[in-house]
Amino acid sequence: MSAVFTGGVPTPAPAPAPTSAPNFTPADPRVTTAWQALAAVEDPEIPAVSVIDLGLIRFIKPRHDGTLEVGLSPTYVGCPATEVIRRSVEIALRGAGVGEFVVTNVLSPAWSSDWITAEGRRKLEIYGIVPPEQSASLRELMRVNRPVGCPRCRSTDTECISEFGSTPCKALHRCRACLEPFEYFKCI
Amino acid sequence: MSASFARVDAPALFRYVLRLGDLALVLGQRLGEWVGHSPALEEDLGLANIALDMIGQARLLLTYAGEVEGQGRGEDDIAFLRGHGEYLNAVLAEQPNGDFGQTIVRQVLIDAFQLELYQRMTASTDERLAAIAAKSVKEVRYHLRYSSGWLVRLGDGTDESHRRVQAAVDALWPYTVELFAEDELDRAMADQGVAPRLADVKAAWDHRLDEILAEATLKRPPHRPHAWHGKRGQHSEHLGYILAEMQYLQRTHPGARW
Repeated sequence: MSAVFTGGVPTPAPAPAPTSAPNFTPADPRVTTAWQALAAVEDPEIPAVSVIDLGLIRFIKPRHDGTLEVGLSPTYVGCPATEVIRRSVEIALRGAGVGEFVVTNVLSPAWSSDWITAEGRRKLEIYGIVPPEQSASLRELMRVNRPVGCPRCRSTDTECISEFGSTPCKALHRCRACLEPFEYFKCI
Repeated sequence: MSASFARVDAPALFRYVLRLGDLALVLGQRLGEWVGHSPALEEDLGLANIALDMIGQARLLLTYAGEVEGQGRGEDDIAFLRGHGEYLNAVLAEQPNGDFGQTIVRQVLIDAFQLELYQRMTASTDERLAAIAAKSVKEVRYHLRYSSGWLVRLGDGTDESHRRVQAAVDALWPYTVELFAEDELDRAMADQGVAPRLADVKAAWDHRLDEILAEATLKRPPHRPHAWHGKRGQHSEHLGYILAEMQYLQRTHPGARW
C-alpha cells in the first residue's frame, strides 16, 4: 500500500475523452516526448491497449517549479493493476528522459469508460473484449441488460455469466450462438 | 493538497473519515473470506472484486484520514496498528458471512447505504471526500446491481432459499439502525456540508430497499431500537477476530514491506 497523493483535486478535465494528447502544450517539448513515451505503456491486464487509449492519462503539463506533472487516474479504486501501471508510467518517463517529473493520482472527475479513445475501443474489439457502451445512466446500469454482441460471431444472442470477470473492469459473457465465452469492458 | 479541512475541526473530520474508511475496510476483509469458498467460480470472482473495491475505497479514505490527523500516519499504520476500540465502522460490516444468502443480504444493506451516501457526498464541501465519493459511487452501483440481483433470485427462488434469506434479513435488519443513527459527529459534518444529512440518506435507502425486497418477495422487518455503537468504537465480538487475522503480519513483523 503506497498510493501517494502528490496533489489535491486538479482542475476538471473536459468531459469527453480526447482522442489524442489533451492539454497539449507545444511550447514544452517534454510534453510531446512524454505523450509519445506513454503511448507505448500498456495495461498489464489488457496488453493490446495503451494507458492513453484507455484515457487514464489525464494531463501532462509543466508545473511552476519546472517539474513535469502527469495526471493518472485509476480505472477502479481497488484495481491491482493500478500500481503496476503507475510504475510502468514512471519507467517510461524516466526512459524518455523528460527530467524531473511527478505522477499525480487524479480522482476527480472520476475516470469513465466513455474516455476510452476510438482507437482504444477498436483495439479492445480486435483483442476480443467488447468495448463499453457509452454513457449508461444509473437507471440503465441498475435495471436493463442490453444485449452485448459477440465479438467473434456478432450474434446478439448472448448472456451475462458474471458481472465481475477476470479484472475489475470486465464482465464475463457467453454467446449462445457460437457458445464461446467473451469479456465485456464494463460501462462505468 | 486540499486545504478544505482547515475550515473544519480536524479531529472531528478524522473520526468521520474513519467511519467511512473502516466500514469499507472491514467489509472488504469479510468478503475476502469467500475467496476459494464461494458456491461457484463466478461468485468467487464477484465477491473478490467487490472486496477489492472496498479495500480500494478504504485506502483512499484512510490515507486522507492520516493527512487530516497530521501525525504522519499513513494508510497502513491506520489499518494495521489500531486496536478494536479505535475502529469506527458500524457493526453491520463485521457481522459474519454466514451462508451465501446472509452475505448477500449484508451486501445489499451496505451497498444501498453507500450508494445513497456517496451520491450525495459528491456535493461535499470537502473536495477530497467529494472526489472519493464520485469515484466510489460508480463502483457501488455495480455492487448493488450484483447483490440485489442475487437477493431477488434467492428470495424469489425456492422455498429453502426464500426461508434462508428472509432469516438473514430478519437477523441483520436491526444492525442497519446504526447506519442512520445521527450523533453529534454526523450532525456536525452535515452542518458544515461535509456529509449529507443521514435522514435524507435513510429516506432514499428505505425507498430502494422497499423496491428490492418487494421484487425479492421478502418482508421488511419491523423497526426495532438498537444498542450498537460501532461508530464510537464499541463493537461486537466479531471485530477482534477480523483484526487478529488482518493485522497479524504487521504486528508480528512491524514495518514489514514487500
